[in-house]
Amino acid sequence: MTTIMDGIWRDHPIFSMLLGICSALAVSNRVENAIAMGVGVTFVLVGTAILIALLRNFIPQRIRMITYMLTIASFVIIVDKVLKAYFPVISESIGPYVGLIITNCIIMGRCEAFFIQNTLGQSLLDSLANGFGYTYTLVIIAIVREFLGFGTILNIPMMPESWTRWVVMAMAPGAFFVLSIFIWITRTLAGKDA
Amino acid sequence: MLTHIFMIFLAAVLTQNIALTYLLGMCPFIALSRSLKTASGMGFAVIFVVTLTVMINWPIYHLILVPLNAELIYYIVFIIVIAASVQLVEMIMEKFFPALQAAFGIFLPLITVNCTVLAVSLFMVLRDYTYVEAIIFGVGAAVGWVLAIVLVAAINEKLELVGDIPKGLRGPGIIMVIAGIIALAFLGFAGVVRV
Repeated sequence: MTTIMDGIWRDHPIFSMLLGICSALAVSNRVENAIAMGVGVTFVLVGTAILIALLRNFIPQRIRMITYMLTIASFVIIVDKVLKAYFPVISESIGPYVGLIITNCIIMGRCEAFFIQNTLGQSLLDSLANGFGYTYTLVIIAIVREFLGFGTILNIPMMPESWTRWVVMAMAPGAFFVLSIFIWITRTLAGKDA
Repeated sequence: MLTHIFMIFLAAVLTQNIALTYLLGMCPFIALSRSLKTASGMGFAVIFVVTLTVMINWPIYHLILVPLNAELIYYIVFIIVIAASVQLVEMIMEKFFPALQAAFGIFLPLITVNCTVLAVSLFMVLRDYTYVEAIIFGVGAAVGWVLAIVLVAAINEKLELVGDIPKGLRGPGIIMVIAGIIALAFLGFAGVVRV
């Protein structure tokens, strides 16, 4: 239970540990992209958790980093191919960021901090919690940005025709502003210091 | 030809800044832009490694992976090349340039997980750059990233002297607000160059 709570609130990967910011900023301009990215990262996390937790007694200490990287990269290739085959539009718009899941520090961080020392069951739970924590944050940010930037949510129009689009919200500066406001709110709620 | 190369460089530094437009390399960006000194230290290490890995990755992709129809595994190959070249650079520096090594310090190993490095290699494949174009793009992207992180770090340092920031916003929050404002300013460069 504490594992789950840690993943989705207390040690939340984005707000409190500041991991995986790149993708959180870059793909959160539309809700569909955010969902695709969240599911992709969760899949890679779960896959890596299973493999690393099973192999943890066989991986030599010195080459563990490169083992993590290879495992992560293999799962990322699967995600990339599945997206290309079944969701070409999303794949087109988040393009290179799928490959960059490899350098998403959340996965590397969980490998080093958790999967390498814990049993399969615990690792699985931890990866799901972290994946979920990451996904819901991305979706919340994306809802704000898509609503203000395009006047839609999941491509369904939410505002009347006369709505003036905040184009800047769909671009890079909007990402910075929305995420910083979220960090402000969550840190104040959690009473955390910088 | 020469103007084309120059355009690629300018676009990578200003209009398509890798940090402020593509939002890449954000983890070290947030962590290191609290002081100007660490920011510039990391910056030089990034320029060096990005240029080096592009120079290695381009021939590997176009001369080995493409003829063998093995493009599928390029993620794995690129990340290994990056990890290996960071390690190699570290070893060479330790042996021959200990002073430089001391200056880069802990920044070198951290570069492996800086998404800027991998991203430059991925963009190079995506945009079908020639060898020269790829190298220029790599240097430009890295310089652009450094420009962004140094600007933010300098502003952040000054801001800390004033020190009237709401509690929850201190640290990463305010850095992101600064980065957002600078990103807005960089939008002004759009239209200067088109590629």
